[in-house]
Amino acid sequence: MKNKAAIIFLITALSALLVGMLFGLFAALQYLIPEFLKDLIPFHKMRPFHVTTVITWIILCATGSIYFYLTQIEKLKLFSNKLMKLHLVVFLLTGLGIYLSYFFGKMEGREYLAFTPILTIPILFGWFLFGINYFKTMMKQVKIWPVYYWMWGTGIVFMMIHLTEAHLWLLPYFREHVIKDLTIQWKSYGSFVGSWNMLVYGISIYIMAKIKGSDAIGRGKLAFFFYFLGLTNLMFGWAHHTYIVPTQPWIRYVAYGVSMTEWIILGYMIYDWKKNLSQTKKEAYPLAYRFLVSTDFWIFINLIIALLFSIPAINFFTHGTHVTVAHSMGTTIGINTTILFASLLFIISRISAFSKKQETLIKRGLWGFNITLFLFFSALMVAGARRSHWIYTGNDTSFSNMQDSLFWVYFAFFVFGVVLTTSISIIGLPILKKLIKSLRV
Amino acid sequence: MTKKTTYNFLVITILIILLVIFNGFVYTSNENKNPVKLTEQGLHGQRLWQENNCWSCHQTYGLGGYLGPDLTNIYSVENKGPMYIKAFLNSGVKTMPKFNFSDAEKEALVTYLKFIDSTGYYPNYNAKFKPNGWVEIEYKNEK
Repeated sequence: MKNKAAIIFLITALSALLVGMLFGLFAALQYLIPEFLKDLIPFHKMRPFHVTTVITWIILCATGSIYFYLTQIEKLKLFSNKLMKLHLVVFLLTGLGIYLSYFFGKMEGREYLAFTPILTIPILFGWFLFGINYFKTMMKQVKIWPVYYWMWGTGIVFMMIHLTEAHLWLLPYFREHVIKDLTIQWKSYGSFVGSWNMLVYGISIYIMAKIKGSDAIGRGKLAFFFYFLGLTNLMFGWAHHTYIVPTQPWIRYVAYGVSMTEWIILGYMIYDWKKNLSQTKKEAYPLAYRFLVSTDFWIFINLIIALLFSIPAINFFTHGTHVTVAHSMGTTIGINTTILFASLLFIISRISAFSKKQETLIKRGLWGFNITLFLFFSALMVAGARRSHWIYTGNDTSFSNMQDSLFWVYFAFFVFGVVLTTSISIIGLPILKKLIKSLRV
Repeated sequence: MTKKTTYNFLVITILIILLVIFNGFVYTSNENKNPVKLTEQGLHGQRLWQENNCWSCHQTYGLGGYLGPDLTNIYSVENKGPMYIKAFLNSGVKTMPKFNFSDAEKEALVTYLKFIDSTGYYPNYNAKFKPNGWVEIEYKNEK
């Protein structure tokens, strides 16, 4: 393998997924046995480990995939291989720094970005290197960009913008104003997720185009219409997180209006779903294709939920409950992870074939993944409904009584989490083995 | 540059201009009619809240983790308040670890929660539902 840096990105990403799931299980266990390991690995320390590690999976797998496609499939000459290697080293060292920061309890950051804020500088620097390499490579060698190239470029730029915005609280002007601060914090998180979705969804369109053997899917007017719609949502559609925060009403009006445009996407999906399936040349890439079919299902479910709780009257009851967690798990595991697995399987198909036995194992793993993710997701929805009911009707019961009444739901959530982790390992380990092996070739 | 590329750049430029204007308003306008500014002690409490990952388990305005209860109005809610908050901080309960805050730190955390409390309500029990799906929330001190 000539381009080892891209593969190392992917190996690190997959390892992060497997480890991150274990962190998640340890954190979830504390819903069941709160006293267990409370002093050694308390929930408030375990959660940042879990969240950072699974975000690492998404970011690094998307990055590694893009580098691989450009250099190995599109056969483009990267502007600078050295920059790519430097990008890898910067991210790996920063990752190490983040874990050390967590391990020694230096968590001065905030939810989702709990590490000491100084580490944001090398992360931004890494994205900057990626951006330079990406745009310099593409602008010189590709004249007319299909939509996925635009999406990747946009994802890289907006990652930098929103990662910076997420740290505006470091300035006294912002952190002194609690409501403004909270609004901007969640504004940046919404757009941050929108930015990585640009990378990941771009990957899914790229793979679909490759499986179909035609670039039309990435060049049509409709593809660009959806890209601009997604970009508008990335920029302005974040405020459903803060409908309930007493900020200026116009901020919430804009979010309501923009969020509702996503109905167009849903409507089109329903119209186009079957048509897409029949046209795809699934025989050439059976595994990658199967994962994309799963993605379709999870997009459908999560888009409906996202649209529903973008309506303020529904959001009022789902906000602050596990329904939100169900949605974020549904999107990061159901959508992002299936797309990224499809990407890894597509990459593997270009390196070396799986044996029949491995293929069967991965297919079974996917079944287990889909079934348990659905059950896992349902358990969270039930917990969310119960919590919402408690918030609005049951305030004569204490919080701990309400939590105790959810014991069996949390138990089911944990068991499904264990099976889900096992299914992901069944899918992930053969891929990891192949990737490691490809480094030696 | 092709016509299509120019068109794409034009759309992106328009969106970015709108974003800059929108951000300008979000960043500079008052958050509501009665903006509250944290004092030094409140900022100290905010720092402690972050450094000890209180957000991992607790929420303010429903934002945060769900292992513990929402603390937006813990300061003013009946039968709770500053003494209740302080009692919880260093004693630890079933799910909450025992912290080792000094008196000054406990005071700072209480001040921070007092400020949060003064900004609004959560849950917003007196919110009004509109037929178009909109919810008019009740703002604190608006009466």
